[in-house]
Amino acid sequence: MRKIKPKTQSELLISSTKKTVSMFVGMLPILLGVILLTGLILEILPVDKVSDWFGQNILFDSLIGATLGSISAGHPLTSYVLGGELLTQGISLVAVTALLVSWVTVGSIQFPAEAIMLGRRFALYRNLLCFIFSILIAVLTVTTMQLLG
Amino acid sequence: MGEEIPKKVMNKGCIFLFIVICLYVLTLLIKTDIAVNALAFSIKLLYQIFPVLLLIFVLIFVSNFLVKPDWVRVNVGKGSGVRGWLVALVGGILSVGPIYAWYALLRDLQAKGMRTALIAVFLYNRGIKLPLLPLMIHYFGGIYTLILAVYMTLFSVIGGILLEKILERKEPSQ
Repeated sequence: MRKIKPKTQSELLISSTKKTVSMFVGMLPILLGVILLTGLILEILPVDKVSDWFGQNILFDSLIGATLGSISAGHPLTSYVLGGELLTQGISLVAVTALLVSWVTVGSIQFPAEAIMLGRRFALYRNLLCFIFSILIAVLTVTTMQLLG
Repeated sequence: MGEEIPKKVMNKGCIFLFIVICLYVLTLLIKTDIAVNALAFSIKLLYQIFPVLLLIFVLIFVSNFLVKPDWVRVNVGKGSGVRGWLVALVGGILSVGPIYAWYALLRDLQAKGMRTALIAVFLYNRGIKLPLLPLMIHYFGGIYTLILAVYMTLFSVIGGILLEKILERKEPSQ
C-alpha cells in the first residue's frame, strides 16, 4: 500500500485556502438567489395590511401569526414593530408571539438554500417542527405569563 | 478536511438562481417598480451582510485549516454529550448575520461528523438575538422576553432530538 505523505503547514494552508474559496464560490448562486428572493417577497408582501387578517379566534390568529412569520424574511426588528402594532390593535399576545417566533425560526424563503446545502428532508422536517413549535411556544409563554400574574 | 461544494449542489444552486432571475423578469414585465425596488433592496442587503460573509469565509477557512474530524467528533459529534449541546446552543445564540450565510459552514461540519440534532439546535438558537433583547424588552417587557427565551432554548433541544429521530427512522427505507 502506498504511504500518504503528511502535508506540510504551507501545503495545508494552500489547500485549505483553495477549498474555502471553492466552497464559497459554490455557495454564491444559492446566496444570491436567497438575497434576491428576499427583496422580491418583501416588496410583494403587504406587511402594513396584515392586521386585517387577524381577529377570528386565538387558535386561528396563532396559525395566521405563525404563517405570516414563516413567509417573512425581514429583520427581526420589523417583527417587533409589527408585533407591537398588532398588540395595540387588540390582536392576542399568543398570535403575536407565534409571529415573533416563526419569524426568526422558520425560513420559507431560505428553504431552497437550506435544502440544497443541508438536505431536503432535514430542511423540510426542521421547518415543519419550527412552525409547530412557534404555536406551542406562544401558548406556553402566554400561559406562563398568566400563571405568574 | 472540509467537504467542497459538489457539482450537483452547485448546479442546483444555479438552477435556483435562474428561477429567481426569471421571477424578477416576470415581475419587471408586470410591475416594473416592484422589481426595481426589490433589486435595490437586495443590493442594499448584500452590502449589509458583506462583513458577515467575510466572517463566515474566515470561519470556514479556520474549519478547513485547523478543525479536524476528530475535534468535531469530540465537541459536536455523536459522543459529544452535554458539551455538544452547549456548543451548538451558545454558538447559535452568538452567531450573527442571515441564517443562509451559515449553511456552508454547517455543511462542512456535518461532513466532518457534526450531529444532525446539534445543527438543528444551532439554527434554532439563532432566533435568540442577544443584541436585540433590549428592544424586545422595550416592546414586550422583561418577563415576557425571559420566558420566551427560556422556552425557545428548551424547544431547540426538543426539536433537535426529534429531528434526529425522524431522520434516522426514515433513512433505512430510502
